[in-house]
Amino acid sequence: MNIRYTADELAFRDEVRAFVRQSLPADIATSVRLGKHLNKEQHQRWQRILSTKGWYAANWPVEHGGTGWTVVQKHIFQEECAALGAPRLISFGVNMVAPVIIKFGTEQQKACYLPRILSGEDWWCQGYSEPGAGSDLASLKTRAVRDGEHYVVNGQKTWTTLGQYANRIFCLVRTDTDARPQQGISFLLIDMDSPGISVRPIITLDGEHEVNEVFFDNVRVPVQNRIGEENRGWTCAKYLLTHERTGQAGIGTSKAALAHLKQVAAQETCDGRPLIEDPLLRAQIADIEMQLMAIEMSTLRILAAAQAGGVPGAESSILKIKGSEIRQAISHLMRKVLGPHALPFVEAELNPAFAGEPRHADYSSAPASEYFNLRKLSIYGGSNEIQKNIIAKMMLEL
Amino acid sequence: MDFNLTEEQQMLQDTVARLVREQYGFEAREGFYRSEVGFSTAFWQQLSELGLTAVPFDEALGGFGGGCVDNLVIMTELGRGLCLEPFLHSQIFGGGLLQQLANPDQQQTLLPQVVSGELQLAVAFEEPQSHYRLNDVACRAEAVEGGWRISGRKSVVIGGDSADRILVSARTFGEQRDDSGISLFVLDPAAEGVSRSGYPCIDGPRAFDLLLEKVFVPSGAMLGEEGQALGALRYQQGRAIAAQCAEALGSMEEVFSLTLDYLKTRKQFGRPIGEFQVLQHRMADICSELEQARSMAIMAACVADEPDSDDRSRRLTAAKYIVARAARFVAEQAIQLHGGIGMTWEYSLSHHAKRLVMLSHQFGDDDHHLGVYAQLMQTA
Ligand SMILES: Cc1cc2nc3c(=O)[nH]c(=O)nc-3n(C[C@H](O)[C@H](O)[C@H](O)COP(=O)(O)OP(=O)(O)OC[C@H]3O[C@@H](n4cnc5c(N)ncnc54)[C@H](O)[C@@H]3O)c2cc1C
Repeated sequence: MNIRYTADELAFRDEVRAFVRQSLPADIATSVRLGKHLNKEQHQRWQRILSTKGWYAANWPVEHGGTGWTVVQKHIFQEECAALGAPRLISFGVNMVAPVIIKFGTEQQKACYLPRILSGEDWWCQGYSEPGAGSDLASLKTRAVRDGEHYVVNGQKTWTTLGQYANRIFCLVRTDTDARPQQGISFLLIDMDSPGISVRPIITLDGEHEVNEVFFDNVRVPVQNRIGEENRGWTCAKYLLTHERTGQAGIGTSKAALAHLKQVAAQETCDGRPLIEDPLLRAQIADIEMQLMAIEMSTLRILAAAQAGGVPGAESSILKIKGSEIRQAISHLMRKVLGPHALPFVEAELNPAFAGEPRHADYSSAPASEYFNLRKLSIYGGSNEIQKNIIAKMMLEL
Repeated sequence: MDFNLTEEQQMLQDTVARLVREQYGFEAREGFYRSEVGFSTAFWQQLSELGLTAVPFDEALGGFGGGCVDNLVIMTELGRGLCLEPFLHSQIFGGGLLQQLANPDQQQTLLPQVVSGELQLAVAFEEPQSHYRLNDVACRAEAVEGGWRISGRKSVVIGGDSADRILVSARTFGEQRDDSGISLFVLDPAAEGVSRSGYPCIDGPRAFDLLLEKVFVPSGAMLGEEGQALGALRYQQGRAIAAQCAEALGSMEEVFSLTLDYLKTRKQFGRPIGEFQVLQHRMADICSELEQARSMAIMAACVADEPDSDDRSRRLTAAKYIVARAARFVAEQAIQLHGGIGMTWEYSLSHHAKRLVMLSHQFGDDDHHLGVYAQLMQTA
């Protein structure tokens, strides 16, 4: 056995590192490091930089503008970018709907949508969850009724991340109310500016506008916007969910956050000494670092299996649970290290464009907000309870 | 042993509970939060009219003569309502310091208005570098003709940036972290050289940072003996910790009942999610944590008025530690059990969660108190 990357993989990693170090704009790196919410322009700017380099659609096949990288290379790319402080890509277009279109879409659909994702012209959002259909996604009620060459869509989606920026939404809709829940669902691509769609912000506990409610009132959607067969949308959804879960361990993100935590702990003091010298805090940081090491190794083992042709199963649920717990634990410590300075909630300082004098330090404005925001990690993308159900059922056959 | 409230205390509880229920609906709270002062002056007025602001003060000083169990009763209800008024910082912590340290002159000029709630206090003790250590005071007061000149910074002073008087710790002699040499001054925020910048805290109440540049205070503004304030600060912070445990208890009780209701009403997979055993166990964990926290809050209230001793300090520190950890567990799990809804600003639960987590950023978090306890622990 050998836990190291091959020489080629190491060379690739160095290439990625060099590129990111050189190309990641300072303001974006700073926003990410300090835990601020990136604005639309910052997201798009980083996408364009990657796109120009040909690395934006890392997971696509070459024929559609992808990289043709191996799974290990994709992993290296994603985690190196994150570890060096690049923002996580907004995955709804490039890493969620695109793989579905590539797998299940018609040639025409591929030609229509993929280039617009690559160029950044389209911003996609995900219309799965509904007020009554969260963990039990298959109970969704948004209705699509066929009317000639259109579907007429009525209903409501919710928790739609960054729907306020999106011009397109991919939706799961019910096209057959008589069939078993999973069997009457279709996968529709809908223009956000269609008449009858309205978007209402949901403000989260950290004061952010990150999610939305999306209402559909007699929205007419051309039948040609359906991906795959009618009533077979669940297959697309399941395929997409497996894509959503890989990379969810967020190893690179956690590495960057851990490095930042150490830096801050070296700057904050207690009893006249840098906090990082406090044995109790050090022990807690060390605990997380070791957990992170373990999850990285688990990820590499799964990747190696995938590289050899295996299909990842419920292991990705383990990565999601552990990965989210680690990120939440880091954000908890980050908040704690700040002591009383974590309390102030000065919204102006949370804006990436804030250029004033920070109240305590530039790193102290966002961590409490971020800690609360990151509660989402164990809720979305299949809650951690649901992941454990998957492990129990699929791996343990209980 | 007796774990019951007296009849009087029950009446007190009913009074505050009713007031909070009637005046402090969640939407009303949102309005208070967004208002200029960041809390409800009308509600404060009512606390005052009902004599509640006078509860923590001695009868001889015009107070109601209540003890920390009465504070427990009041703070639990204020916590349940997520109230934003600076009762703890002004009446219990600040008021306690005044009562303990003020000379007859100072008592006469200040206490009646504090007792009645007309004059609000805030206590400025954290500094940029101090990280919960009350003895780490870099702020200095220099003796000058007729008084003192104070210079330095104080961070995150809680209790409304509208406080009328600020009790400031400043060093009159000694090294930055010496126990002796710390004095306490009553500062008028309108004095020359005082800059204060206010902001809301993430859990709701307002706070401010204080920059003091050669601020003159007259000799009569010093509370207690020169250089000897640390003992009183520690002692009164102990009372404040007891009150904070009570506040957390009220908030946890509310979170507990909201979450239990939700488990019974939210349906997924064709049944109430409370039927899933893993959620039942989680709720049982919440229930157990709450029970432990309740015990510690009661214990804290019962020892907080005792004379200073290692036993009292140990118990208060233990209460803070257990309650802080329970509060975080309850907050995180309550959000988790609610799913997305638990993360929304529109729902009171998320604000309780913020309060419960952030309470540990005042008067020391669980790590701080773990360290304190380890020092005080009897090893033989
Ligand atoms: C910040 C954020 C962003 C999101 N972005 C999007 C988005 O862009 N698009 C989108 O479609 N959705 C999005 N979601 C929705 C997300 O996928 C759902 O919140 C998630 O599926 C959980 O559903 P729910 O919130 O309705 O909770 P519920 O499903 O009601 O769950 C409540 C609790 O019950 C537990 N539970 C439920 N069923 C079981 C069971 N069988 N066994 C044990 N426990 C169970 C859950 O784990 C949870 O603790 C987002 C959510 C958040 C918080």
